[in-house]
Amino acid sequence: MSGGATFFDEMHEPGGAVRDAYRGYQGWLSDQDAAFLRRKNRDAETLFRRIGITFNVYGAQEAEERLIPFDMVPRIITASEWRRLSRGIEQRVRALNAFLHDLYHRQEIIRAGRVPERLFRDNPAWLPNMVGFTPPGGIYTHVVGIDLVRTGPDEFYVLEDNARTPSGVSYMLENRETMMAMFPELFMRVGVETVSNYPRRLARSLAACAPANTIGKPTLAVLTPGIFNSAFFEHAFLAEQMGAELVEGSDLRVENGRVAMRTTAGFKPVDVLYRRVDDDFLDPLTFRPDSVLGVPGIMDVYRAGGITIANAPGTGVADDKAIYSFMPEIVEFYTGEKPLLPNVQTWRCVDRESCRYVLDNLSELVVKEVHGSGGYGMLIGPAASKAELAAFRKKLEAHPENYIAQPVLALSTCPIFTEKGLAPRHVDLRPFVLVSPDAVEITPGGLTRVAMTKGSLVVNSSQGGGTKDTWVLKD
Amino acid sequence: MLGRTANALFWMFRYLERVDNTARMIDAGLRMALTRDLVTSEEEWRSVIVAAGQSAQYERRHSSYTGVQAWNFMLRERDNASSVLAVFGRLRDNARQARNVVTSELWEAVNESWMLIRDLLAKPVGEQRLGDVLHAVRQAGMLTHGAIIGTMPRDEAFHFARAGTFIERADNVARLLDIKYYLLLPSLNYVGSSLDTGQWDSVLRAVSGDRAYRWLNTARIDARGIVEFLVFDTRFPRSLAYCHTALRDHLDAIARIHGREGASHALMREAIQTLDETGVEGVFERGLHEFLVAFLAFNSSIGLAVAEDYRFLA
Repeated sequence: MSGGATFFDEMHEPGGAVRDAYRGYQGWLSDQDAAFLRRKNRDAETLFRRIGITFNVYGAQEAEERLIPFDMVPRIITASEWRRLSRGIEQRVRALNAFLHDLYHRQEIIRAGRVPERLFRDNPAWLPNMVGFTPPGGIYTHVVGIDLVRTGPDEFYVLEDNARTPSGVSYMLENRETMMAMFPELFMRVGVETVSNYPRRLARSLAACAPANTIGKPTLAVLTPGIFNSAFFEHAFLAEQMGAELVEGSDLRVENGRVAMRTTAGFKPVDVLYRRVDDDFLDPLTFRPDSVLGVPGIMDVYRAGGITIANAPGTGVADDKAIYSFMPEIVEFYTGEKPLLPNVQTWRCVDRESCRYVLDNLSELVVKEVHGSGGYGMLIGPAASKAELAAFRKKLEAHPENYIAQPVLALSTCPIFTEKGLAPRHVDLRPFVLVSPDAVEITPGGLTRVAMTKGSLVVNSSQGGGTKDTWVLKD
Repeated sequence: MLGRTANALFWMFRYLERVDNTARMIDAGLRMALTRDLVTSEEEWRSVIVAAGQSAQYERRHSSYTGVQAWNFMLRERDNASSVLAVFGRLRDNARQARNVVTSELWEAVNESWMLIRDLLAKPVGEQRLGDVLHAVRQAGMLTHGAIIGTMPRDEAFHFARAGTFIERADNVARLLDIKYYLLLPSLNYVGSSLDTGQWDSVLRAVSGDRAYRWLNTARIDARGIVEFLVFDTRFPRSLAYCHTALRDHLDAIARIHGREGASHALMREAIQTLDETGVEGVFERGLHEFLVAFLAFNSSIGLAVAEDYRFLA
């Protein structure tokens, strides 16, 4: 990977010619009037506010609802690029699932000395009461989001695996709806794979993981922390699209060995619970006694085979940033193949040698908290001030085991629309993967996150990043 | 559907009715104030605040009644939990709670109205803007009712929402009638006086019934005619009889979906039967105030029984 200042431009070749993926789009674009495009760009924001696709920002003064900026230039991937990516993603997801099953059963991978035992023993996401238990259908990671970055024509790296409760799929769907509403004629000119069947596929995939004793069509419910959660819009959206109830902890209770929801006609058992709350909040009897978000006793029902919880409790142990650095070994161990998608080079600060290297090169590296997410608590060496570097150095020296470091990635760019025309900005990609005993299904496309500020490499929405519609072209 | 979702829909539409009612009362107050001199206008605004049931909160903050102060209090004052701004915020929160069962048209009607009203009420409302603000609130009601009637499937979600509309409407109209009557016409000696006629006219205006009254009744405006109209005339969509008939229809539809009736249905039948048997003669024999107090208690017990029957809260 090159750490230099040149970035792969996904739309244009170095000489300025338009790459294959964007040829159809460029053809349409050059026929458009600049004033028309500017007007459409302004319309998009109004559209999003009206639909209410907002997220709540943690730490904001009042429970303020913000829009994630939407950019109307699509991020485009060719059919052949996508085929290669899909194979790599499927391989990785199958390995993740096998790894989780192994960790909570025979721990062959630890016996084989391929990953150290401390990785899960010291991990807060490790759930001892999942040991020896196999979830219905043997599936741990029903929904996975794999974060990818691109650095060259054939270079995609996995930046992060999201195996707990990956979010953002509603943006993938609404971004497409918005694009189709704004530019119907564009979709007549360019053949794009559809994403709109995701909720239907999700419902089917979850139903295929229902407990063995389910009678008839499984009853699905989406568990949300409530309307003040930052991703509430997505929870409600998916429940609506799947025709499932949107439940909160207070709607559920254990009754006759089942988890049941309070309906207008009394308590009704739930077969599959697509939970969008963390493990810690799932069952106050097992985890946090102060939690009001969960369902007392749900873990007992789960272990007795009375309900499917998606994703399975305890999956977080596999998407930790410390585990991440072992993913190449993990993929190889369970699939017997070389990983098709490489990892980003990662220094584990827990290793003394690596830690020294990281401390010596702090201003060149990105340092992340092992258990962090959302871009919080992260240091971007080249962008940090002397004082920030010194402060971070102290934290790192005090608890090296809490950190990993990676080189600053030369994230590819894709143009965004500005009042002055197209301008390149850095992007990443989160494809969404559904796993059931029947299949691993990857929706063609995913969520493209884009750093809206010129030169910025941080794409997280909590840090001002935006999103784009992501196209996979038809063959 | 979930009991909590049914509760959210029920309250979403109760709140919608409530803000609509507040806007209408301000409108009636403004109309009265404009047709009288300044001295009595203070009295008119006091009566508007009293009729809205907000006098205790108001007097904790203000020592006098002026139009600007009164309508800003009812529309947007921070400490007033019953302000249009506060109630509309709760309305939208309830719509969010029920987001997976309301249609996107209905959600967008609420959300767009909320954005507009929030912006309009971001700053104090002077005389020049009052008309626009009241118009926006009334439009929000019409847009939202249009969206639910035009797009929601006729399942229990629809019927719980509509039940919320009619139970709240019956409550608001009965309360308005009672407060006006009780406060302003303590004795039947006033019947027929010009003060009397003006007050009744404002009651009609506050329920958007002035035009309908004239269309449906050739009689002149008097207490009896208006009570007959606002309590018993099932042609007028805000009369108590209309509200209860509609409420009964929606509760019956829910019972059909569930295959059984609950305590709320028995109460509902009793309420309608009592109203039928009382008649306008009975109201005046018993006393309008006593009649309305009993009606309000009945109405509220139906609401509580619905919440109980359909597990809104537990």
